[in-house]
Amino acid sequence: MSNLKLIIKREFIARVRNKTFVVMTFLSPLIMVAMVSLIAWLATLNNDEVRKLAFFDETGLFKNDFKDSDAINYIDYSLLTLNDAKDSVVLKKLDGLLYIPESSTNSGQGLPIQFYSDEAPSISTLNTIESIITTKLTNQNFIEKGLDIEAIENSRAKVEIQLENFSGEKTSKMSSYIKMIFGGAAGYFLMMFIIIYGNMVMRSVIEEKSNRIIEIIISSVKPLQLMMGKILGTSFAGILQFAIWVILGGVLMFIAGIFIDLDVDPNNMQEALKLLEKNQGGIVANATEILFELKKLPLLTLLLSFLIYFIGGYFLYSSIYAAIGAAVDSETDSQQFMLPIILPLMLGIYVGFFSVIENPHGTVATVFSMIPLTSPIVMLMRIPFGVHWWEVLISMLLLIGSIIFITWLAGRIYRVGILMYGKKPTYKELFKWMKY
Amino acid sequence: MANLLEVQQATKRFGTFTALNNVSIQVPKGSIFGLLGPNGAGKTTLIRIINQITLPDEGNVLLDNEPLQPHHVKDIGYLPEERGLYKSMKVGEQALYLAQLKGLSKTEAKERLKYWFDKFDITHWWDKKIQELSKGMAQKVQFIVTVLHRPKLLIFDEPFSGFDPINANVIKDEILQLQEEGATVIFSTHRMESVEELCDHIALIHKSKKILEGKVTDIKKAYKTNTFEVGLLADNSMQVYAELQDKFKVVPADFKTIDDQLKMKITLDNNLSSNELLQYLSNKGQVMRFNEVIPGVNEIFIKTITDNE
Repeated sequence: MSNLKLIIKREFIARVRNKTFVVMTFLSPLIMVAMVSLIAWLATLNNDEVRKLAFFDETGLFKNDFKDSDAINYIDYSLLTLNDAKDSVVLKKLDGLLYIPESSTNSGQGLPIQFYSDEAPSISTLNTIESIITTKLTNQNFIEKGLDIEAIENSRAKVEIQLENFSGEKTSKMSSYIKMIFGGAAGYFLMMFIIIYGNMVMRSVIEEKSNRIIEIIISSVKPLQLMMGKILGTSFAGILQFAIWVILGGVLMFIAGIFIDLDVDPNNMQEALKLLEKNQGGIVANATEILFELKKLPLLTLLLSFLIYFIGGYFLYSSIYAAIGAAVDSETDSQQFMLPIILPLMLGIYVGFFSVIENPHGTVATVFSMIPLTSPIVMLMRIPFGVHWWEVLISMLLLIGSIIFITWLAGRIYRVGILMYGKKPTYKELFKWMKY
Repeated sequence: MANLLEVQQATKRFGTFTALNNVSIQVPKGSIFGLLGPNGAGKTTLIRIINQITLPDEGNVLLDNEPLQPHHVKDIGYLPEERGLYKSMKVGEQALYLAQLKGLSKTEAKERLKYWFDKFDITHWWDKKIQELSKGMAQKVQFIVTVLHRPKLLIFDEPFSGFDPINANVIKDEILQLQEEGATVIFSTHRMESVEELCDHIALIHKSKKILEGKVTDIKKAYKTNTFEVGLLADNSMQVYAELQDKFKVVPADFKTIDDQLKMKITLDNNLSSNELLQYLSNKGQVMRFNEVIPGVNEIFIKTITDNE
């Protein structure tokens, strides 16, 4: 077996056997799913609460418009005086009193409609009430102006712009969303992978250094070989871990989904079923639309470019991580060198989420998809929107070139650094090491 | 005797600092070669160059008359001064891994490891992790890993540090055994008594330069001053001592005896032989002790260093 293979194998086994690694591999999906379930459960808890509101309507218009719903029950206090109404709201511990004064009939331009309560009502409650009153008053105004409400409703237009490029391909907003999700997920995934496993590479370098085994090993293999073996071995362990996360997470999500559904009481179930039936047409339409759009995406190109940028980006960053690990004696010392890694990663993600989604082919997005340190993330986000092949080619060439250059530089720092003990190096010293 | 290793005018600079300045050494085949020098003299740099860990800026290294090449790592076993093992890896796996990196096949490595583990009676360590072993125990494992692939050239940097006297002796015997089997040994240490005991050749490096090299016996011959330690039983010792002082360079000496002798060190001029001195002395009294003072490596070390300051 060649030395590189031996090193990769050892690194892989060392990573995978590590207790923290094993625990994290199996615990992380559990924690994630538990958290998502908890949030979902808490959300349902909050929604179960029915708010009781009283209304004092001087106009007498809204009597039939405030209908009890799942979220809000209405009580009519219009027959009392305003003060009595207020008192009894407090006495009966209702959630609030809505006051609609006489003069607000004319399109709400008179006295403002008021809501009295101890705690400010939720925005959704306010929205519901406002929309009821607005609709009523608008209709009222239409009638006063002699307009036919039904005619107005019927003549409302519904516009949806169809997107089509010059070669006749039709796209829709849905397709833009899918592209966004595709690119965003890929970019984010890459960033997470780099941070988690790059750090692991760094720690493994520091471990070898602090164990003092490094000199024994590099009397047998070339430092660059050792560095490469480390990066590769760790990335294989990373891919395995990610695969387990995805599979386990998926299974757990499925199981959790079943349990949460079972929690719903039968009445709600039926309602939900009814709702589902009503919406089914829409959902099915959406599903086919999504499938249709997915098919239209150049999946092979996407997959290929994802692989290239993923591998390239990971290599670029993890060789920097390895160089940092070689330069320092302990993980705490490594903090000072983290900026050159975190900064471009963050920049890539922010440019991706703000510039690319807003304008995938704008100057900012294009430039950042060329700069090697940010290009893996930004270009991955741009590609679903369709990028000229020559742009991708230039970006990839730049990436490959800089991988060779950075790995070479990192290798030089690594070579010197692994044999240096006891002093915290500065950037200046690292620069000197490159020339040794 | 042919040289197994030749370093020719090696120079290594780190920035403005010159770690090695035009150093050449010749290590004869089958010898135990002591590489001596004060701390920071450049020994480790030289050793790292031989191990191809660092490349010299100038100069060549020949192993068996061939310029050093990557495949030569298989011919060298190196036990560095700063040494350790993976803490959380099992002893056996680790030894196998390191042996395979030196080019042994897995089965071969296993077989040889079994031999050595039996020899050192440490077979039960195989499945232990290094962190469960003491420092001395871990050093034994490191020693095995260094010699396992039967290299032509063995380089030990302070091999006895961390060993108790008994285990240090075990290791010393193993080194001698390996030499007998044909290996050449380079030995870097500050412990002069082990140099005295083991080395047949030495080189002394001081402030990045080699200041002394050669066969230990030759060096000692060169450094000896024709001085003899003499114990003389004479009736009128004061008078004899005065006479001797007139004729030779005499200083009082101190060694243990059971009777009251005249104890001194006599240094001869070049035109007198030891026999003539002995004859002269035997006329003056009874010679109880007569031996040549041979400088120890320690003295030579200190003398050369101070001379070169």
